[in-house]
Amino acid sequence: MSSNETNPSAAPAAADKDERIQRVSFWKKALNRPELGALAGTVLVLAFFIAASSGTGMFTPAGIINFLEVAAQLGIIATAAALLMIGGEFDLSIGSMIGLAGILIAIPAVEYGWPLWAAILLAFACAGLVGWINGNLVNKTGLPSFIVTLGFLFILRGLAIGVSRLLTGRTQVGGVQEHIPGDWFAALFSGEVATGLFSWMATQGWIGTNFAGNPVVSGIPVSIVWWLGLTAVATWVLLCTPYGNWIFASGGDANAARNSGVPVHRVKISLFMFTAFSATIFACIQVMDTGSADTIRGLLKELEAIIAVVIGGALLTGGYGSAIGAALGALIFGMVQMGIFYTGVNTDWFQVFLGMMLLVAVLFNNYMRKKAMEAK
Amino acid sequence: MTTQTPMIEMRSVSKHFGSVIALSDISMQVYAGEVMCLLGDNGAGKSTLIKTLSGVHQPTHGEMLLDGEPARFKSPAYALDAGIATVFQDLAMVPLMSITRNFFMGREPTVGWGPFKRIDWKYADRIAKQEMSKIGIDVRDPSQPVGTLSGGERQCVAIARAVYFGAKVLILDEPTSALGVKQASVVLRYIAKARADGLAVIFITHNVHHAFPVADAFTLLSRGGSLGSFRKEEVTREEVLNMMAGGAELESLDAELAEFQRSDREKKANSAAADQPTPKADGGNVDESAEKRLAGGY
Repeated sequence: MSSNETNPSAAPAAADKDERIQRVSFWKKALNRPELGALAGTVLVLAFFIAASSGTGMFTPAGIINFLEVAAQLGIIATAAALLMIGGEFDLSIGSMIGLAGILIAIPAVEYGWPLWAAILLAFACAGLVGWINGNLVNKTGLPSFIVTLGFLFILRGLAIGVSRLLTGRTQVGGVQEHIPGDWFAALFSGEVATGLFSWMATQGWIGTNFAGNPVVSGIPVSIVWWLGLTAVATWVLLCTPYGNWIFASGGDANAARNSGVPVHRVKISLFMFTAFSATIFACIQVMDTGSADTIRGLLKELEAIIAVVIGGALLTGGYGSAIGAALGALIFGMVQMGIFYTGVNTDWFQVFLGMMLLVAVLFNNYMRKKAMEAK
Repeated sequence: MTTQTPMIEMRSVSKHFGSVIALSDISMQVYAGEVMCLLGDNGAGKSTLIKTLSGVHQPTHGEMLLDGEPARFKSPAYALDAGIATVFQDLAMVPLMSITRNFFMGREPTVGWGPFKRIDWKYADRIAKQEMSKIGIDVRDPSQPVGTLSGGERQCVAIARAVYFGAKVLILDEPTSALGVKQASVVLRYIAKARADGLAVIFITHNVHHAFPVADAFTLLSRGGSLGSFRKEEVTREEVLNMMAGGAELESLDAELAEFQRSDREKKANSAAADQPTPKADGGNVDESAEKRLAGGY
C-alpha cells in the first residue's frame, strides 16, 4: 500500500479489493431492515397468546378474523402515518379527521337524501383539502408539523361536533345502512369478500358451521383487504419508485433533497393528503359497518397509528421506516387488544402493555440504527 | 489558451447585500480541462462567489458567460440544468439512505410505464458501483447507507454524482478541509481526473498545499475583491501564500517570531550567566516555599 502513496496514477482500490469485499450474509442484511424488530415482536406476541389463550377461541377462524379486523382498521391509517413519518412529519389530526369524515358521509346521505357515493366523495374532497392545508402550512411556515396538526386535531373535532349539531341538533347520525344496498361506491367499503370460498371451506369441513349451517366466518371483512392492499402499495412505492426515494430523502434531510432536485414541498403535501384520505377510508368502513356516524369517533387514533408505526421500526426523526413494519405494528396492536380480552386479563392492563411496547420498540430501533450506521 | 472560449467567465461581477458589498468587480475565466483554485482567507467572499456561480444568489452587477453565452440562473436548479454542478460542504447527502439512493436522488432511472413505472435498481446499483470504482473507490455494497462511508468517500460520491449527471463546470467548496491526508489525496486525485475528462473545475480551498499540485490557475480573493488571477507558471507557492494571507501581515508575523526568538536567546544567555554565581540553596528555598503553598492550598 505505502508504495502506492507516492504514485497518484496507481489505483489503490485494486490492491485492497479482496480484503474489503466480503459476502454479507442474509441475516446481516435482514438485521438492517427496519421491520425486523416488529417481526420479532409479532412472533413473540403470537407465541405468548397461543400459549396463554389456548382453549379460549382466540385462534379459531372467528377469533383470528376478530383480531385481524382490529389490526386492519388501525393498519389502514398506520400505513399512511408511516409514509408521512418516513417523510419527516407527523399528522395528529388523523383521529379528528375520522370523526369529521364520518359526519360528512352520514349527514348528506341521511338528512339531505344524497346518494351515498356522492357523500363519500364529499368526505374525500374535504379530506384532501385538510391534507393540502396541513402540508402547505408546514411547508410555508416551517413550523413543526406536530404543532400545526395539533391545531387541526382540535379544529376538525370542533367542526365535526359544531356542524353536526348545527344541521341535525345531534352529535350522532344513524340510519346509514339502508342507503348501502345498490350503491356502487359504498360497496367498496362494506361487507366481506371471498364469501363463496368460505362457504366452500365450510362444506369441506375445514371451518365450523353454526346451528343454521352457515360457516362461522362468512368471509374476509373488507377492512382487511384494504389494509393488505394499502400496505402492499405503500411498500411498492417506498422500495421501487422515484416517489418513494423522494419520501426517504425528504425525511432524511430536506435541505439535501432540495439541493438534489427533489420536490420536497410537493412530496410533503401529498403525504399529508394521503393521511387524511386514509382517515376517510377508515371512517367509510366504520360508518358502513355500524350504520351510523358519531362525532367522537377516531379519538386517540392518531396516537395509536404513531405507536404502530414506531413499533414497526420507523424513526421519529424521519428518513427510515417501512410500511410492512407499520402493518406488523398494527397486527401486534390487534393481537394484544383482543388477546387480553380472550385471556380474561383485566383490559385495564392493555394500555400499560401498549406503552411498554412503545418504549421497548423505540429503544430497540435506536440500537438497530446505530448498528446499521456502523455496519462495516 | 487565449484562442479558446472560456467554459465559464465572470465579467466585473458584484454582489451587494443591502449596504454590505460582498463581492466587487470580480472577473475570472475558467477553461475546460482546467482547475481554477479559488483562494482566500475567511470572509474574502469565496462562498458568495460560488453561490453566485451556482445560482443561489444573482449578481447585482456584471455578467456571467457560460461557454461564451450570457447566463443568468434564477435558482440552483437552472444552474444544474446548464451543467454547473456544485458540491457544497454539506454534500447534499442523506446518511441513512443507501449509496445508490443518494447517487440517483431526484434523478432516478426508471423502467416500465404509467403507474407501473419503477426504479431500475439493477442498473442504478451497477452505475453507482461503476462510477465509484472509476475514481478508485471500491464500494463494498451500493445498498449500504452513506452514513457508513468515511468523509473522503462521501465527498467522492458527491463529486462522482455531479460528474455522472453531465456537469461541464464542477464547483467544489472546500472538499479537502475536513479530511485526513490520505482521504484528501483521494479527492485531489479525482479532481485531476475530472480535469483530464475535460471539465472546468473550480476548487475552493484554504490550503495552498492542496491547491498547488492540481491547479492550473489561481484566483485570489481578499475582502470581497480580486487580487487577480495567475497562471501556475507565473507564481511560486510562497508568493501565493503571501498574497493569500496578506503579505504585510505575514511579514509582521515573521518579525514578531524573530523577536520571540531573540528574547528567548537573551533569556537563555541571562539564566546561564545567572546560574553560575547563585548558590544552590537559593533555588531550594524557592522550591520549598512553593511546596508549602501547595500543601497549604490542599
